[in-house]
Amino acid sequence: MQVNKTYVPPGMPGSIVELKEKYGNYIGGKFVPPVKGQYMDDISPTTGKPFTKVAKSTPEDVELALDAAHAAKEKWGEILPLSERAKVLNKIADAIEANEEMLSVAESWENGKPVRETLNVDVPMAVDHFRYFAGAARMLEGTITEVDKDTLAYNMHEPLGVVGQIVPFNFPLMLASWKIAPALAAGNCTVVKPASPTPWSLLKMMEVIGDVVPPGVINVVTGPGAEIGKALATSPRIAKIAFTGETVTGRLIMQYAAQNIIPATLELGGKSPNVFFEDVLDKDDDFMRKAVEGFVLYAFNKGEVCTCPSRALVQKSIYDKFIAKALDSIKKIKQGNPLDTNTMIGPQVSAQQIQKISSYVEIGKQEGAQLLCGGQKAQMGGDMAGGFFFQPTVFKGENNMRIFQEEIFGPVIAVTTFEDEQDAIRIANDTLYGLGAGVWSRDGTRAYRIARAIKAGRVWVNCYHSYPAGATFGGYKISGVGRETHRMALEHYTQVKSMLVSYSEKPMGFF
Amino acid sequence: MPEENQDVQVPSVIATQAALDAIGKLLRTHKGVAFFQSGGCCDNSAPMCFDEGEMIVGNVDRLVGTVGGCPYYIDFRQYETYRTSQIILDVEDGEADGFSLPAGIEGKHFVTRTKICAKNACNV
Repeated sequence: MQVNKTYVPPGMPGSIVELKEKYGNYIGGKFVPPVKGQYMDDISPTTGKPFTKVAKSTPEDVELALDAAHAAKEKWGEILPLSERAKVLNKIADAIEANEEMLSVAESWENGKPVRETLNVDVPMAVDHFRYFAGAARMLEGTITEVDKDTLAYNMHEPLGVVGQIVPFNFPLMLASWKIAPALAAGNCTVVKPASPTPWSLLKMMEVIGDVVPPGVINVVTGPGAEIGKALATSPRIAKIAFTGETVTGRLIMQYAAQNIIPATLELGGKSPNVFFEDVLDKDDDFMRKAVEGFVLYAFNKGEVCTCPSRALVQKSIYDKFIAKALDSIKKIKQGNPLDTNTMIGPQVSAQQIQKISSYVEIGKQEGAQLLCGGQKAQMGGDMAGGFFFQPTVFKGENNMRIFQEEIFGPVIAVTTFEDEQDAIRIANDTLYGLGAGVWSRDGTRAYRIARAIKAGRVWVNCYHSYPAGATFGGYKISGVGRETHRMALEHYTQVKSMLVSYSEKPMGFF
Repeated sequence: MPEENQDVQVPSVIATQAALDAIGKLLRTHKGVAFFQSGGCCDNSAPMCFDEGEMIVGNVDRLVGTVGGCPYYIDFRQYETYRTSQIILDVEDGEADGFSLPAGIEGKHFVTRTKICAKNACNV
C-alpha cells in the first residue's frame, strides 16, 4: 500500500489525470457529442463543485449507440475466434493496468472514495475481472446428449447480441467491469449507462481501452436515468438488461423487460448482518483484531456498498467489551481528502446522499435508538468546505427499527445483541434483503451452521468485503435476480441452442 | 423517545407546500403521477415519481395515502417497517434519483422526511 502521498486533483497543474472541459458519449469507437448538444455538470463530492461536463444525452443518443452495437455484433460474436475475443479482454485488462494510478485518482475524485481503496481494490479488481472472463470465455463449453445411438443433441451457448447495462455510482469502474467483461466474453456488444453522479471515470477508462476494443463493442451513453436509462431499458433493440440499483427501479426494469420478453438481471442492495460470536474475544490476538476490523468495514467506501455490513449482531456476553474496541477503532478513522493515501473515509457521492443519511439518523433518534458516535455531517475546511462528508456513525437499537431494516447507503451501522445461535439466525434473517452477511467465530462448525442458515447470496465467514472474480455474487429475497462474477455470469449473457442431429438414414415412418 | 401523537394515522403520507407545488407543476404536463417508496441500493429511500400507469400497480402495493391528489404506494414488505412512520414528502435541490421524474422542474427532486409516532398510540 502506498503511504503519505496526496494526489493532485484531475485537471490541476501536476495532476496525472488529464481533464477536458467536456466529454461526449463513447459510441462506435470514438467520442461523439450528444445529438442535442446538451451537457451536464459533473460534481466533485470533495469540493461540492463541478469539475467537468458530460453529455446530457437524449434517446437519440441511445439509438446511435444501439446502431453501433448492432453493426459490431456479428463480427464480435460470430466471426471472431474465441481466442481473439479473449485476447481483446486481456488487452483491456493490460490497458487498465498500465493506467491503474491515473484511473484510481479519477475514480476517487469523481466518487469520493479514498484513493487507497481505488488503488488497491476498485481498479485492480476491474483488471482482474477482465482477465478472469478472458479465460472463462474459452471455458464456455456446451454439452452433448446422446438421445439414442444415432441421434445427438448438441447443446451450445450462443451470444444474445446487444445488451443494455446500467451501472451504479458506488463502484463505477469495478461494477462496470463486472457487467462488461462477461457480456463481451460471451460474445455480446453492450450499451452501458453509467450512474448520473459518476459518469466520467468510465469515459476515462474508454480513453484508455478504446484502442484495443473493436468499434461498437462497448458504447457508453451518459445522462439522466429517467431519460437515458429508460430509453435503454425499454428499447426493443436490446436482448438483455442488467441493472444495479434500488428496488423500485429494479421492478420497473423487470416490467420493461417483460414487455420486450427479454431477461433481466438485477442487484438491488441489502441490509447485511454481520454476526459476531463471543469466542472472537477469547484471545487478544490477530483474529480478534480481524473481527473488530470486520465490524468497522461498514465504513469501507463510506458505507456506499450494497453489501455494507450495516447491521452488526454481537453476542450479548461480549457486547460491552467488543463495542468498546470497535468504537476505539472508529475513533481513529481518518476522514478527509480522498486523494490523500492516508484518508480512510472520503465524502459521500452527492448532496442527495447526505440528505438521505441525515434523514435516517433523524429516524433512528426518533425511534429511540442510542447514538454511540457520529450522527452528523462532518465539516471540513478550505476547498473541502462544500464537500459531502458524513461522520462514521454507530447506533444501538432493535432489529425492528427502520435503521435496521432499510439500506442507508452511508457510514451508519446499527448494532444489536443476540443471546444464542437461534437468536442470531432469527435476527439475521429478519430482513427483506439477502445480499450479503458475515459470520465471525473461532468455531468452524458453528460458523458453517450459521452461514448455511442465513438467507443470503454471499456469506463471508471470518472475513468481509472480498469480491474475487471466481466467487458468485447476487441476492436472495428482494436483493435481486441472477448472479454476477464467476463464470456462471456467462449463462446470463448467452442463450442455449440445442442442435438435434440424426445420423440415421431411416425415415421415421409416420408418413 | 418517540413522540406521542394520537391524531396521526400511520403509516401515512403528507406533503409540504413545496412538494404540492411541484406536483402541481408536473400535472400541467403529465396526465397524472404516482409515487412509489423505494428501498435498497444507492438511491434507497427515494420517493420515485412516475407518470401514472408507468409502473403497474400490483398485489404487492399498499396505498399509503395521496399527495396533491396523487397516490403514494409502498411495497407490502416495507409497509410493516413503516408501521410507525408518517412520511413527509418534500423537495430539495439536485437531480432526481433512478428513473424518477424531477420535482416539477429540472434540478429539483422529491425527498422524504419522517415523523415517527409512538408504537400503538398512532396505530388506528
